[in-house]
Amino acid sequence: MGLIRFLALRLGKGILVLFAIAVLNFLLVRAAPGDPAQVMAGEAGAADAVFLEQLRERFGLDRPLPEQLWVYIKGYSTLDLGFSYRQQRPVAEVIFERLPATLLLTGAAFGLSLVLGVVLGALAARRVGRASDSAITVAALIFYATPLFWIALMSQVVFSLKLGWLPNVGYETIGANLTGAARALDIGRHLVLPAVTLGLFFTALYARMMRASMLEVAGADFVKTAHAKGLSPAVVTRRHMARNAILPVVTLAGVQAGQLVGGAVLTETVFAWPGIGRLMYEALVQRDYSVLLGVFFISSAMVILFNLVTDLLYRVVDPRIEGGA
Amino acid sequence: MSGLARFARNRGALIGLVLLVLLIAVALLGPSLYPTSPWRLVGRPFMAPFAMDRFPLGTDTLGRDIAAGLVHGARVSLLIGLVSTLVSLMIGVPVGALAGYLGGVADDLLMRFTEFFQTIPSFALAIVIVAILQPSLTSIVIAIAIVSWPPVARLVRGEVMSLRSREYVLAAVTVGQSTPRIILTQVLPNTVAPIVVMGSLMVASAILLESSLSFLGLGDPNLMTWGYMVGAGRTRLLDAWWISFLPGLAIFLTVLALNLVGEGLNDALNPRLARGRD
Amino acid sequence: MADAVLEIRNLTLALPAQADRPHAVSGIDLTIGAGETLCIVGESGSGKSMCAHAVMGLLPKGVRPESGEIRLGGRDLLKLGPAALRDVRGREVGMIFQEPMTSLNPLMRVADQIAETFEAHGLLSRAERLERAVTLLDEVGLPDPARIARAYPHELSGGQRQRVMIAAALALGPKLLIADEPTTALDVTTQAQILRLIDRLRHDHGTAVLFITHDFGVVAEIADRIAVLQQGLLVEEGAADAVLSAPRHDYTRRLLAAVPSLVPPRRPERAAGAPALAVQAVTKVYKPRGFLVKGRGVKAVDSVSFDIARGETLGLVGESGSGKSTVGRCCLRLVEPDEGTVRVGELAVTGLSVRALRPHRRRIQMVFQDPFASLNPRRKVGRIIAEGPIAQGVPRAKAEERARDLLSLVGLSAGAAERYPHEFSGGQRQRIGIARALALDPEVLVADEAVSALDVSVQAQILELLKDVQGKLGLAILFITHDLRVAAQICDRIAVMQRGAIVEMGPTEALFANPAHDYTRQLLAAVPGGRRLASIPAP
Repeated sequence: MGLIRFLALRLGKGILVLFAIAVLNFLLVRAAPGDPAQVMAGEAGAADAVFLEQLRERFGLDRPLPEQLWVYIKGYSTLDLGFSYRQQRPVAEVIFERLPATLLLTGAAFGLSLVLGVVLGALAARRVGRASDSAITVAALIFYATPLFWIALMSQVVFSLKLGWLPNVGYETIGANLTGAARALDIGRHLVLPAVTLGLFFTALYARMMRASMLEVAGADFVKTAHAKGLSPAVVTRRHMARNAILPVVTLAGVQAGQLVGGAVLTETVFAWPGIGRLMYEALVQRDYSVLLGVFFISSAMVILFNLVTDLLYRVVDPRIEGGA
Repeated sequence: MSGLARFARNRGALIGLVLLVLLIAVALLGPSLYPTSPWRLVGRPFMAPFAMDRFPLGTDTLGRDIAAGLVHGARVSLLIGLVSTLVSLMIGVPVGALAGYLGGVADDLLMRFTEFFQTIPSFALAIVIVAILQPSLTSIVIAIAIVSWPPVARLVRGEVMSLRSREYVLAAVTVGQSTPRIILTQVLPNTVAPIVVMGSLMVASAILLESSLSFLGLGDPNLMTWGYMVGAGRTRLLDAWWISFLPGLAIFLTVLALNLVGEGLNDALNPRLARGRD
Repeated sequence: MADAVLEIRNLTLALPAQADRPHAVSGIDLTIGAGETLCIVGESGSGKSMCAHAVMGLLPKGVRPESGEIRLGGRDLLKLGPAALRDVRGREVGMIFQEPMTSLNPLMRVADQIAETFEAHGLLSRAERLERAVTLLDEVGLPDPARIARAYPHELSGGQRQRVMIAAALALGPKLLIADEPTTALDVTTQAQILRLIDRLRHDHGTAVLFITHDFGVVAEIADRIAVLQQGLLVEEGAADAVLSAPRHDYTRRLLAAVPSLVPPRRPERAAGAPALAVQAVTKVYKPRGFLVKGRGVKAVDSVSFDIARGETLGLVGESGSGKSTVGRCCLRLVEPDEGTVRVGELAVTGLSVRALRPHRRRIQMVFQDPFASLNPRRKVGRIIAEGPIAQGVPRAKAEERARDLLSLVGLSAGAAERYPHEFSGGQRQRIGIARALALDPEVLVADEAVSALDVSVQAQILELLKDVQGKLGLAILFITHDLRVAAQICDRIAVMQRGAIVEMGPTEALFANPAHDYTRQLLAAVPGGRRLASIPAP
């Protein structure tokens, strides 16, 4: 009952956000210097007159702004995200073809960083002040300050170009025509570097948060109660401290979902990972603004999805939250 | 113990401060050290660091002096980091203060607005803004500010909300001080510490964001930036990895220094973690 | 004593180097026999809590036992290793804490938290543990124990949570129960129930109880023997009746004298005059807020009416959630009342716009509860006091000069004006708060739990100060408190609030002698140490 209401509320909110993003896209195109039709077609001057005319016709660019907005929103609401002049295909088609690769990458990086961050942070807090704590804290500090694209490039140099342990770029070995488990393994090997380099920053972030949160919980009254019952330190840490300390980390993970999807643009660009992040880079280079805005829209939808997942996760852990907002 | 003493006892913060001072010195002295444009082709391309005294850090794919690029890049990074942080504070602080103090419907509306900007994948939004407005110093600063202000607003709102029900603020109401005066003299001065801490950390993330944008080719085309240098070297990673490595290292050290200083400030100004007894 | 359960011999606990004194406690000797309740009393910072934590081996980081021994069943607990000490905790010694709201893990069901005590000592099967948990919940007097066993802590009230804590602490039938201020965070009626429960369990099981408290009322209610701590030293120890009726040490005498008597003093009849503050049918409803959330409001204040004459003190007493603080805030329009009128003299403050009200605000002022939150930490004291007059248009130099006069009126030196709030103690800060309120020459003063956060000895001084300025300035005071002893001493009339409404109002003496309403009787009966302390003659 509470869950259904919660989901309905969140769905409504998500749709509102997407609507606002569609409006934002519309405004951005109008804010760009020059003729909106040119902007939509991309690559100023390269589009032919017939196509520009079609665009004007379709989006009613000669009509008043509110009407144009209406046409634009109507298109977005049916997932008609425009037409890519460069690729001669609908934008939505191009994006959805690339979406699975990005979901795989961001999903893997998200899971990896959350699990690793929580475990490392808890470990550091258990051994606060000792060598292992210092090691984890310093590592977290370093990866927290490392540019994502640079760590990606450098790990490419070390692990694939110099050591040859892992494939350099791409999603799978081209021309190998693998199937089933062999293909999954091949994709998995390709996934390691992108997912790890994308996840490192977030691992560092969650580890720092988890450590701080554990130390804070350590002073809580209920931890004193647990000790007073005669429970062993291991049980107190696991059952009483870790479960409570994880809550702010999950909240943070939800807030950071947007960063993760943004980071995928850089990772995919470096590793030529055929997802929507790479697509965004290509659209950028080719000035294919319809695709650019389409990717922006869909990645926002992804973030909303990630947020929903973390909120559901939170509800599983914390019994205090019932019903809606 | 005073805040200054706490800061000085924090080894990491001191290291960060030293790094930061060095960096600012380099940025300020840059033009006199390397008066000519960092874009000039001055030597053979792909020269390794230390191979030749004239180019201590080597040359890039086109024969530009990497050391000159790094020095000029420092100016750009620090400038953009600082300005965009100031702009986002100018958006975030008023929004947060109003939402927190007024509460009710105003708070609801302002926070929904803030949440909206926080939900959008910020890097993607920054890319879209810079791409559509065309890359320039201004568009980059605008883009970074637009995606960075929501956490400021949330922080300030939280602080203001807790301060607003604090008894000394109620006391100011009962003696008849006006609302703007209360916000300015009773509430905001007590939020300065967390804002300063957040500001220093935001400069770091702004520098990361700027370098990421210019790595993708969205830097101001007239300015030599670290992110651009990393991107320009990435086609020749196998034989000339240092072209990408060195500017990346510069970004890393800068961001690290700012984070260390920010954390030091946090410990110094918000001594909440100090445990009392009884 | 032959059957001593716990013997503390010459215990000295060292504080970390940067503390304000070298030892938390030094040279403490205490003994508790089976079925006996020993109360350790002291003001904040006396080290009473440290003693309790030392027995459990749960001292805060940096505090360490320097010498002495703590003998339980023939063993010195200070010499036990971590594993042996863990075995003692829960099995031989149970402990309950001050804050029931935070002492239970919010993410675990109640039954699991009780069952854990068995689990920690490898007792019973899982099913048996849960079964025992329900039995224990029943024993500590919780209704519908099977349902409560399945509940999470946030679904229970403070009193219920403290009962759960007691159930968990007594699960293994320990010889000793340590209770560290277990009722301080509770309302009086709940406190009375919990005290009765602890006493019953002690009686039924022959458990020794080490009870830590700052409240002599509670001591008088429950103690067999009393130990008084001052600044880490044991100044007096003895049978409860002896200590309460014939204290030997000067400090004990001072503490006892500072406890306000529950017998109101005789007061002269007051001539009825025009009221300085008139509250008429004030109502405040809190509605849940939000775009999508609907729901009925909660009536925090339900048609409350009263008058206060010049020079008179009206006490507004009630438990937490009764709405008494909201009434006080409605009078100053810190909270906007939904209905009703508030008049200060002839002026209806409820009829004015916020802006129009501002110049009249000086006529009614407030003294707040928390001396640490009520002064802006970034302003000098002189400025804090002068701020009001400056806002009302008094020239700054004149306002600051007056601030210095007021500081001496409330018993501080004029030099205090140049210092910051953190340089003052709680009691001194409360004096500054009073000076700030007086700076505007108000006609009405609302004191919202103004002495609740203070130690008893300081409490008495602040009450004295309030009476003194009232006499000099003819103030009308609305005195909001949960403490009936304080109310008995300072109020001319008392209004008792329950669930947002005033259930009874009358002259203090009459109301204490012949309470008409059931709830008033309950409240009076629940005041700890009622009979035993009232009989003590003032020194």
